[in-house]
Amino acid sequence: MEKGRTRVDLFEYQARDLFAKHGVPVLAGEVIDTPEAAREATERLGGKSVVKAQVKVGGRGKAGGVKLAATPDEAVARATDILGMDIKGHTVHKVMIAETAPEIAEEYYVSYLLDRTNRTFLAMASVAGGMDIEEVAATTPEKLAKVPVDANKGVDIEKARAIVAQAKFPAEVAEQVAEVLVTLWKTFIAEDALLVEVNPLAKVADGRVIALDGKVSLDANAEFRQPEHEALEDKAAANPLEAAAKAKGLNYVKLDGQVGIIGNGAGLVMSTLDVVAYAGENHGGVKPANFLDIGGGASAEVMANGLEIILGDPDVKSVFVNVFGGITACDEVAKGIVQALELLKAKGENVSKPLVVRLDGNNAELGRKILSDANHPLVQRVDTMDGAADKAAELAAK
Amino acid sequence: MAIFLTKDSKVIVQGMTGATGMKHTKLMLADGTNIVGGVNPRKAGTSVDFDGTEVPVFGSVAEAMEKTGADVTVVFVPPAFAKAAVVEAIDAEIPLAVVITEGIAVHDSAAFWAYACEKGNKTRIIGPNCPGLITPGQSNAGIIPGDITKPGRIGLVSKSGTLTYQMMYELRDIGFTSAVGIGGDPVIGTTHIDALAAFEADPETELIVMIGEIGGDAEERAADFIKANVTKPVVGYVAGFTAPEGKTMGHAGAIVSGSSGTAQAKKEALEAAGVKVGKTPSETARLARAALSA
Repeated sequence: MEKGRTRVDLFEYQARDLFAKHGVPVLAGEVIDTPEAAREATERLGGKSVVKAQVKVGGRGKAGGVKLAATPDEAVARATDILGMDIKGHTVHKVMIAETAPEIAEEYYVSYLLDRTNRTFLAMASVAGGMDIEEVAATTPEKLAKVPVDANKGVDIEKARAIVAQAKFPAEVAEQVAEVLVTLWKTFIAEDALLVEVNPLAKVADGRVIALDGKVSLDANAEFRQPEHEALEDKAAANPLEAAAKAKGLNYVKLDGQVGIIGNGAGLVMSTLDVVAYAGENHGGVKPANFLDIGGGASAEVMANGLEIILGDPDVKSVFVNVFGGITACDEVAKGIVQALELLKAKGENVSKPLVVRLDGNNAELGRKILSDANHPLVQRVDTMDGAADKAAELAAK
Repeated sequence: MAIFLTKDSKVIVQGMTGATGMKHTKLMLADGTNIVGGVNPRKAGTSVDFDGTEVPVFGSVAEAMEKTGADVTVVFVPPAFAKAAVVEAIDAEIPLAVVITEGIAVHDSAAFWAYACEKGNKTRIIGPNCPGLITPGQSNAGIIPGDITKPGRIGLVSKSGTLTYQMMYELRDIGFTSAVGIGGDPVIGTTHIDALAAFEADPETELIVMIGEIGGDAEERAADFIKANVTKPVVGYVAGFTAPEGKTMGHAGAIVSGSSGTAQAKKEALEAAGVKVGKTPSETARLARAALSA
């Protein structure tokens, strides 16, 4: 699980659009979501096309998600086959109708990404593209060049030529690949990307070098200066509870267990998931139902919003609120719990799920007193993390 | 003794006049921190009253250092301006910059880290997206609550803010030399290894508690460092054993780090280096107690 909502992975067609915007050579293509639209799209490409499933998972070619169409009618038939297809658990909602590539002579690989270990950016390049790059790295590491890139100096044509030389690209494509590396770096910087990857970067029969497929991941923390990025997020893929949580600005991930979890701080919430899972081993194997981090300094309103999402999850049998108040004040958390229960009651919802609450740290005594005074029949206080996890697991197992 | 921060530290606050900066400057002062100034170019020459303590506002980090001898800055400025604030601190060569700001774009943190390296790392950076550090009884630079515990014998380094608080609370009767929250962002300044080295060198630290979480390979590299360089007992905790894999595309990152980044892999690496690793915060606290009484 990534900490926070920090990474936005794009579909191939979105990556293609960003590549095109910054001058990376790509083939023409457009995305559609109905079979009939494949006809006109293919006509616009001169009567033939490649129909490509848009899913965020590798191996779609082998799964039958990429098909050639020799006529507009055939494109409709292929799009009919592919739309709705399940590829490794991902349902295909969109296909890209792409220009057919000229005959491919060679397949290469290029990417930029963050090297966390060395706290720098990294260029990776290989003449052994077209296949899984992890396999190249594992079996023939000498064929994968890794070149650090200084965040402030970037990649100009000189640096790009050095990367090309280190990866031993053939002389006849060296300059073209270097130019791709410069435009790909522009994409990486201009879009605040965490990853830009072209695989394969193909040399085609007429000698051109073209990005045939690619991946881009964007940094959600950069949205303040990237107003167009929000539209690239895949809202259809989100679980309905995740979508509702996101609309309220909550950092929520749906999991497959029965104990609803609310906490503050990603580390403490992850730790809470672990403690509940261990406690669950003694209570019929119940597990955490979600990850929800209300963050630092959460107000009563944020707490109430979080609780409403979790109580709306039909899988949840009990709820564990685990807060160690640093900036977050425990009295605000307690008020949020009381408010949320009142609010749900006022809406006519029948709340019957028990809540176990553990509060420590900033204003813990005040928070505990608010809960005691409210004396809600569904809420019980347990003042240690382990004890509270055990109680929540026990209640979920009933 | 302590690491990185003592009662003699002279602290300035970048972003002191904002709501978050005001709130936490007040709390830091209450914990005894010697706060000698704030930085805000638009309010230079004014001062802010915190319950009777007048704190002057300077136009730049360099000016604040010149006039007050400040050697620590705590950065609360919003994400969009954080890079400029840290670059300013680096240019002024202040010895320690504690970057609390959450949500800084990776391209910005990568840029200021590259800049710090280019300038010879004269400024130690802690964070970003961290709770800062506290030397109980002496000074507090950041947002760690000052009333959890007291001075003592344990050194703590952690990626997570709230787990720092939880662990300080679990071991509050023993107390801490210093507790350092290094942050969990992809690019951070001070690492587990830097803090481990400092605690190893600090004569009053008898035991080191190290808290990690899934992602990256910092814990694995810390394990290698401990094996080679740390003679004091180290107790570890890693959060995220039951967290599912994220929906990341491909694993280009894993090729770089050479580690799966799972909690299990981190635990095994630490245990191979002789670190006792708890399954939960409370078990970790028990292991720490046992190690101290051994």
